[in-house]
Amino acid sequence: MSVLTLTINDIQCTGREGQTILDIIKENKISLPVLCDLKGLTPVAACRLCLVEVKGIPKLVPACTTKIQEGMVVYTDSEKLRNYRRMIVELLFAEGNHICASCVVNGYCELQNLGYMVGMESVRFDYLWQLFQIDASHPRYVMDQSKCVKCTRCIRVCDEVEGAHVWDLKGRGINVRVISGLDEPWGQVKECTQCGKCVQVCPVGALFEKTATTSEMIKDRSFLERILEGREAKIWVR
Amino acid sequence: MGKVRIGTVWLGGCSGCHMSFLDLDERLIELAQVAEIMSSPITDWKLHTPVKEYQDYPEVDISLVEGAVVNTDNVEVLKLVRERSKILVAFGDCAVTGNVPSYRNLFKTDDVLNSVYLDKATHNQMIPSDRVVVPRLLNKVVPISHVVKVDYFMPGCPPSADSIWYTIKCLLEGKEPEFSKEHYRYG
Ligand code: SF4
Ligand code: SF4
Ligand code: SF4
Ligand code: FES
Repeated sequence: MSVLTLTINDIQCTGREGQTILDIIKENKISLPVLCDLKGLTPVAACRLCLVEVKGIPKLVPACTTKIQEGMVVYTDSEKLRNYRRMIVELLFAEGNHICASCVVNGYCELQNLGYMVGMESVRFDYLWQLFQIDASHPRYVMDQSKCVKCTRCIRVCDEVEGAHVWDLKGRGINVRVISGLDEPWGQVKECTQCGKCVQVCPVGALFEKTATTSEMIKDRSFLERILEGREAKIWVR
Repeated sequence: MGKVRIGTVWLGGCSGCHMSFLDLDERLIELAQVAEIMSSPITDWKLHTPVKEYQDYPEVDISLVEGAVVNTDNVEVLKLVRERSKILVAFGDCAVTGNVPSYRNLFKTDDVLNSVYLDKATHNQMIPSDRVVVPRLLNKVVPISHVVKVDYFMPGCPPSADSIWYTIKCLLEGKEPEFSKEHYRYG
């Protein structure tokens, strides 16, 4: 595999062919906001928070799915990028009904953290106030559509790690919804093993445990690394 | 130099932000040495209707406005306060985002009124038409920045006494409050 050289924010970096810009950014400990990205899951570029500038490419590209190339010149921080990032976060807040004061992950929410990171003091766009569904049919967990940012982490972890493929997407544009089974109540989907992986990877308060009350639900994502490392080392194969 | 003139205003909120203001505790004494509270929800209640009450709102250096804009009176009060304030601060999540009062935006205003005053009422079932008693609800609850220009945002439900103190101190010292997780939190 050939070694490629590139610069990120005028710093010389190297990487292997097939790696993404985000891989190199993480290896070099450069800070970049992400939302749909989660180590261990296939990147899908759903949230667009990781947008960066690449010299010679007129549009902004998502770092999580763009492969590095020899001689690439990348910038992760500029007035333009900061503007767009803040706008994306504001639009996410305007699209859902994110009332932090009554949310189970208040204080532990990745969307909140992004808000602080991009300096979101307030939302300048009109809030949409769509009426979303809450699905409490599952014996252990709840799905609150109003908090969902469509990162598809739940879909990917259930499919790629748990192997149950309970979740999917339906609709287009602002009507996109995450559905369980064939758009049936989660509690009726027999494939769900109740493992809770989707709940733990959800960055916001869309998926949570029934017993959690406001600002109680701390998510634990360390299981993902343990499982994937174990899989790699074939520790469960007899 | 005279004292800095501060006013606090209560729109569609639960008054929790004002309670948090009182949590400044002994810092209130320090504040009183350099600033004068010119108006607050408990000072000017000699006149009857909400808007009239605020006709007395003085010219101030800093106004802290709690609560979302939920009815027609809030709009008038807010505009008046804006005119008479050098610096206007959105005080708490309701003022900043709409927060809990904006839950009613999920429903039609008429449905909300019917539910509260007719369906669920056990006595005197009628929707108040006298706006002196109950001002007319807006179709949508909005943050105050969607009605007037806001100079600084102080999120939190309520903002902690430390956040409030940080903001006020910055403003008294003529510094820009820095928006970061260290000083403020949502919710
Ligand atoms: S609990 Fe496990 S099996 Fe059920 S939907 Fe979530 S990830 Fe899939
Ligand atoms: S439910 Fe959670 S994990 Fe799934 S798409 Fe929505 S925000 Fe992402
Ligand atoms: S922000 Fe919270 S404490 Fe302040 S008025 Fe609104 S609900 Fe009450
Ligand atoms: S992290 Fe790259 S698009 Fe979401």
